[in-house]
Amino acid sequence: MSIPTEQATEQAVDLTAGPMRSIDDPLAGRPPIRLVGGPPPGAATLTARGACAWFGDHLVLENVDLHMPANQVTALIGPSGCGKSTFLRLLNRMHELVPGAQLAGEVLLDGQDIYRAGIRAQEVRLRIGMVFQKPNPFPAMSIRDNVLAGLKLARIRCSNKQELVEQALLRAGLWREVRDRLGDAGGALSGGQQQRLCIARALAVQPNVLLMDEPCSALDPTSTRRIEDTIAELRQHITVVIVTHNMQQAQRASDHCAFFLATENQPGQVVEHDTTETIFSDPADERTLAYVEGRFG
Amino acid sequence: MLADPRISWFDASDGQADGGIDLTDQRADDTLHIGTTTPRIVEDQPTKSDRIFGGTTTTSGLVVLVLLALVGLFLLLRSRDAFDVAGWSFFTRVEWRTDVDPPEIGVLGLVAGTVQVAVIAVLIAIPLAVCAALFITDYASARWRGVLTGLIDLLAAIPSLLYGIWGWLLLSEQLAPLSAFLARHLSWIPFFATGDDPELVQSMFIAGVVVSLMVLPIVASVTREVFAQTPPGEKEAALALGGTRWGMIRMVVLPYGRAGIIGGSMLGLGRALGETIAVTLLLPQLPLLTWQVLESGGATVSGFIATRAGADDFTTSGLMAAGLVLFAGTLATNMAASVIVSRSRSGVGVETV
Amino acid sequence: MVAPVRLPPRRADVAAASATSASTAVPRPRRRPSEFEGIDYATMAGCAVSALALSWVVFTRLTEGVGWFGFVLVVYLCFLALYGLVSADRLGRLLAVDRLATVAITSGAVLLAAPLVWLVGYVVLKGLPSLSTDFFREDQGGITPSMPADAGGGSHAIVGSLQQVALSLSLSLPLALATAVFLNETRSRLRRPVRIFVDAMSGLPSIVAGLFIFAVLILPYAEDSDVFGNNGLMASLALGMIMVPTITRTVEVVLRLVPDGLREASLALGASRARTVWSVVLPTARSGITTAVVLGIARAVGETAPLLFTSVGASLFNSNPFNGPQESLPLFVFRNIRNTPLPTQIDRGFTGALVLMLIVLTLFAITRMVGGERKGGRRR
Repeated sequence: MSIPTEQATEQAVDLTAGPMRSIDDPLAGRPPIRLVGGPPPGAATLTARGACAWFGDHLVLENVDLHMPANQVTALIGPSGCGKSTFLRLLNRMHELVPGAQLAGEVLLDGQDIYRAGIRAQEVRLRIGMVFQKPNPFPAMSIRDNVLAGLKLARIRCSNKQELVEQALLRAGLWREVRDRLGDAGGALSGGQQQRLCIARALAVQPNVLLMDEPCSALDPTSTRRIEDTIAELRQHITVVIVTHNMQQAQRASDHCAFFLATENQPGQVVEHDTTETIFSDPADERTLAYVEGRFG
Repeated sequence: MLADPRISWFDASDGQADGGIDLTDQRADDTLHIGTTTPRIVEDQPTKSDRIFGGTTTTSGLVVLVLLALVGLFLLLRSRDAFDVAGWSFFTRVEWRTDVDPPEIGVLGLVAGTVQVAVIAVLIAIPLAVCAALFITDYASARWRGVLTGLIDLLAAIPSLLYGIWGWLLLSEQLAPLSAFLARHLSWIPFFATGDDPELVQSMFIAGVVVSLMVLPIVASVTREVFAQTPPGEKEAALALGGTRWGMIRMVVLPYGRAGIIGGSMLGLGRALGETIAVTLLLPQLPLLTWQVLESGGATVSGFIATRAGADDFTTSGLMAAGLVLFAGTLATNMAASVIVSRSRSGVGVETV
Repeated sequence: MVAPVRLPPRRADVAAASATSASTAVPRPRRRPSEFEGIDYATMAGCAVSALALSWVVFTRLTEGVGWFGFVLVVYLCFLALYGLVSADRLGRLLAVDRLATVAITSGAVLLAAPLVWLVGYVVLKGLPSLSTDFFREDQGGITPSMPADAGGGSHAIVGSLQQVALSLSLSLPLALATAVFLNETRSRLRRPVRIFVDAMSGLPSIVAGLFIFAVLILPYAEDSDVFGNNGLMASLALGMIMVPTITRTVEVVLRLVPDGLREASLALGASRARTVWSVVLPTARSGITTAVVLGIARAVGETAPLLFTSVGASLFNSNPFNGPQESLPLFVFRNIRNTPLPTQIDRGFTGALVLMLIVLTLFAITRMVGGERKGGRRR
């Protein structure tokens, strides 16, 4: 089966253009969708205080204090294996799904600790969505059903499903390519399209925060560029936390950066976190400077 | 091997190994031939031991094929006597009577009984097996996983004879009051109706319950294998969207494993169709055609054959004919099950146990 | 390519700061947040009690009894229904369905132990009283059905079983191994049809195997020679037909688990394919093959149906499997329990059943010990 290329259906994206900071809202003029039974609307702040993570007895993340402001994109950068993805999974309570995993510290969503007894992980995950490194749409379901999957899983009611699907796909930058084939199977799309479908699916439940775990690492440059544009536009509506290996991507797409580092004897820690411009032009720590200059990693 | 005269690496004539693409012609020709390289045909000459190896293994593989064909063939040959006398009515007659002349034998009652017992068994086994498989793949910790897998394997290892005697001597008495209750209060459903003051102990219902325990491990094993192959990325995605565990199972695991459940059930059905010794004990083995499964009565093909071992020639010929019918039926069921499982998205790589 | 870069030395103040944070005691790890809390267990207990009470009222006051098995079944279903309703009221439908599913699936899976325990317990209880060492020494010569259950013994049955299983194993194991090797180690085009037929053969009803041997060998040739009459050899042939597909499929799975790297290494060293299989693949798969063999034995030792047409059974000792009917454990059990309603006869059968069950359980335990990495445990 031939995988459709994206260029065939859309005008070519200019890869050499600089970072686009101001994007027209693709949803301008559209009615807002209200969801019944879903999370409260708007972007939220996330704060980690003293977060530690274990896999069994192995400490992989130690004392992470990080504030991720609302309506901003925070990038987590650092060499591989230093706990960035683990930290990300702490933020939406996916870490505890691993057998033997433990954690300490607090993660505050708008000031409330998501790990407090009595708060369900399922509700946390409604408010904090996640997009994974490898695109994982539900291949046997149609594109439309994929987007609505989150509503179905959480029994969220929506009065205008068609409009919601369109808005989510518009936000994810996929609408024009699939508007005529919403009934096609989700698995029939190309890699970049699948990832954008996953973004649309995550956005459909209207979360307050979107976590992205190296979303472009498996994709070609055109798709990467599209998704970065999406991220840049998304920040107006929700908070984004993105883990990335690609420093240039962090520079292009984020407002804040946190530099993670782990060495042989030390578990992962945040060495420094500041605005992106500061991190890349004048970091406080020499290790940060060495990393952003490409001297290691 | 090194002294193989066919390969001469040191052919001095043109300094090139045999069979290579000779570029000298093309170079002399100045025009570039683009795309004229064709792949070389590589053939490995098998050694003598390889040939013996290939021959032995292929033969043994073919032995299985031949055996199965022989089974069908000989059953057919031996059942000729019975078919000569009974003709096509063999397939439509219910009763089996060798005391009249000419003998009236028919396999319909047997087949009906076999199918009824098997269907009851599979209907009971499927939900339990799917539960067990889901528990193993999605709910259990590592320790409990091993315990339950061992439990299922142990259920499979117990000989059906022991199931039969336990079922006949113990379970029947415990289930009879339940049958009575169903008969009394739910008799408007045709399956649960019985005659007046019925004997409830040797019924197809109870036989079905006991056979379900034998079918359960097969269905559970196949569905467990299929569920274990569900792509973890999709499961994660469902959980990250705010789904509960059961929601994730309903959206990802069960649809993915649907073909496996069906295939496993058909394999279980095949097993139930062929079950012999337990139903010999649990049913009176008198052919009947009835919907009333709660009441005593009925026979299955294999049980009927088992109870009449050592009879006269004609009866034996009839038994061969019945055995042929059973053989064809179970063969078809099992092959269909294998095809269903292997053709599904989830079935690639699953061994249908 | 690039000279390895050492991490730049940490600045003094940053080093000091992280040193203090390391020396502060790390807060004690929180336990994994668990789904079920105290109130959930209390709810379950309450629902269980309510279901019990409700069913008791219904079946003792309102309608007639339904037998203790039916009662337990109804209580269980009531419990599930009540728990679902209570959880829906407390948690909302989404979570209630999830909780109910968890409880139902977990209990359903664990309850599978119940019939097993019940069966094993029953056989032990009925068989143990009459079991003595005489069982392993005497046969049933001269024993009438009304004599007490521990009269005579089953040594003829045990010997018969051992001989028949050994014979069938010796016939079926080479064929099964070779077929498994054919299916997994060769590249023949015939693999697909052979695999389909092996699958089909595993569904062969055991009675048909007995019928087949009866039709092919016993009927035509029994008058000519005793070797083709009703004896242990014929039974072994039928049992072998049943063992071949079982062993083939298990061994094939095990062979598939042998990493390809080993085969490649052997071929790269210059070994032929045959040698690779014989010296590398088979020894690596040894524990799995042993498991397959033991499982095949366990299956064969419990099979009754094919014996009814082939070895038919006897009450006297017969240690010659090539001549004359031979008893084996399953036949011993079957005939004693089925043929007469006398309790002594039935108890006699149970003694044999107990011995049979112990043999199967022992073989099963051996497979668990030998096969460390069962295919069930590998997949996850």
